[in-house]
Amino acid sequence: MKQYLSGDEAFAAGIRLARPEVISAYPITPQTIVVERLSDMVEDGSLDAEFIHVESEHSALSCAIGASAAGVRTFTATSSQGLLYMAEGLVYASGGRFPIVMMNANRSTALPWNIYGDQRDSLALLDTGWIQAYAQDAQEALDLALMSYYIAEKEDVSTPFMVNLDGFILTHTYEEVDVPEQADADAFLPRYETENCFDLEHPKNMAFSAGPDTNYIFKYKEHAALLRAVPAIYEAEARFAKIFGRRYTGLIETYRTEDADQILITLGTIAGLSREIADELRAQGKKVGVVRIRYMRPFPTQEIADAVKGAKAVAVLEKDISFGAAGTVFTNVTSALQAAGIGIPAYNFIGGLGGRNISHKDIEQIFALTERGTERVTFIGLEGER
Amino acid sequence: MRPYLREKTSFGFADVPEATCYEAGYLVTKNAGWRSIRPVIDAQRCVGCYQCYLYCPDGVIRIEDGKAVVDLDFCKGCGICQKTCRIGAIEMEAERK
Repeated sequence: MKQYLSGDEAFAAGIRLARPEVISAYPITPQTIVVERLSDMVEDGSLDAEFIHVESEHSALSCAIGASAAGVRTFTATSSQGLLYMAEGLVYASGGRFPIVMMNANRSTALPWNIYGDQRDSLALLDTGWIQAYAQDAQEALDLALMSYYIAEKEDVSTPFMVNLDGFILTHTYEEVDVPEQADADAFLPRYETENCFDLEHPKNMAFSAGPDTNYIFKYKEHAALLRAVPAIYEAEARFAKIFGRRYTGLIETYRTEDADQILITLGTIAGLSREIADELRAQGKKVGVVRIRYMRPFPTQEIADAVKGAKAVAVLEKDISFGAAGTVFTNVTSALQAAGIGIPAYNFIGGLGGRNISHKDIEQIFALTERGTERVTFIGLEGER
Repeated sequence: MRPYLREKTSFGFADVPEATCYEAGYLVTKNAGWRSIRPVIDAQRCVGCYQCYLYCPDGVIRIEDGKAVVDLDFCKGCGICQKTCRIGAIEMEAERK
């Protein structure tokens, strides 16, 4: 059924369709609406779940880990400082192989304190062993809410899943969204069954320590499982298309890249504006294209290389900076190019930090600088101000 | 149930489970090497009240025939049992190598 929903509301609608049995929640802007809506659904009886109010984000994730260890489907959500406060729990969840789904509303990190969107929160936590997806609109957010459980809970993946929505730009923007029927959602998403849980009949030792001899074997297996998320993502999308008729394109989405000379690689909502400007530049005879990264983990190493191998130069635009180096998306992309033996120039453009607008003109300039050649790392839009 | 040592002493790649989830009580080594003092139960005084059993942080005390018995293969020598024993039936003695 078509509904007019914000990104947060669409995500909550998707989570209801996934029937989690435990939701642990602590509010933080711009995520709060997700757990508010889910709380309403539990209250009105349209979602049969335990809704647990906790006293912090650290507790929210700890609670989700405990519930997942009891063998049930769980959900939590957070943003920014809340995600950073969960950092300790993130590695417990991934190391314990608990397929928790969490929505993160991408928001800047302090200081200076700020509630607006950038991607420094989740990108700072890429190494915690979670699958990380980035949505570009409310429909994709809702669809990821369903697909994330399917992928995370696949037995050979068993890895927690973080779905990222750009703070305010996506979380608070209203769009027409197709909300699936419960019967279709149930046909798509099987009940969660696992052996990785407490069992009174067969007592287990859970979340234990492991010494130097076996610890790294666990870490290898965690890495291998995250790589197995790749076929699981494609399988989930094929199954999703069959039931709901909406198609997704795996780890990346390409736009007019086939014959492009300059390709802009980015992630999240800004990909929409990037595609519009690519169309305008194409109308002027410039051969440009856009790659939208949908998954940062598992990282689309081969997919990016395949998409840009014919280009003359690439730009990476991200709402992130690893201070003293470059943007984290950029270093991941250049590593993928190096692995494929692609030696074309690559430029990093930092924008949107603390919610600053990335304008039409900014993206035109990114394409122009990429054609002409520029510094390795550019804070876009600051030229006149420095 | 008293833990017992399994024969297996090392784990290879295939033995390591996917998740940190494994059969309870699967012990392959003793773990008491750093104990400097050991509890000694005075069976004449012990009344089998279960206080030491309840407080032992390593779960190595059991009650047999109404008396406390310490599994010294896993006791770390922390002395909590001695402190919780209200009738003074437990003494801590120095380990002698």
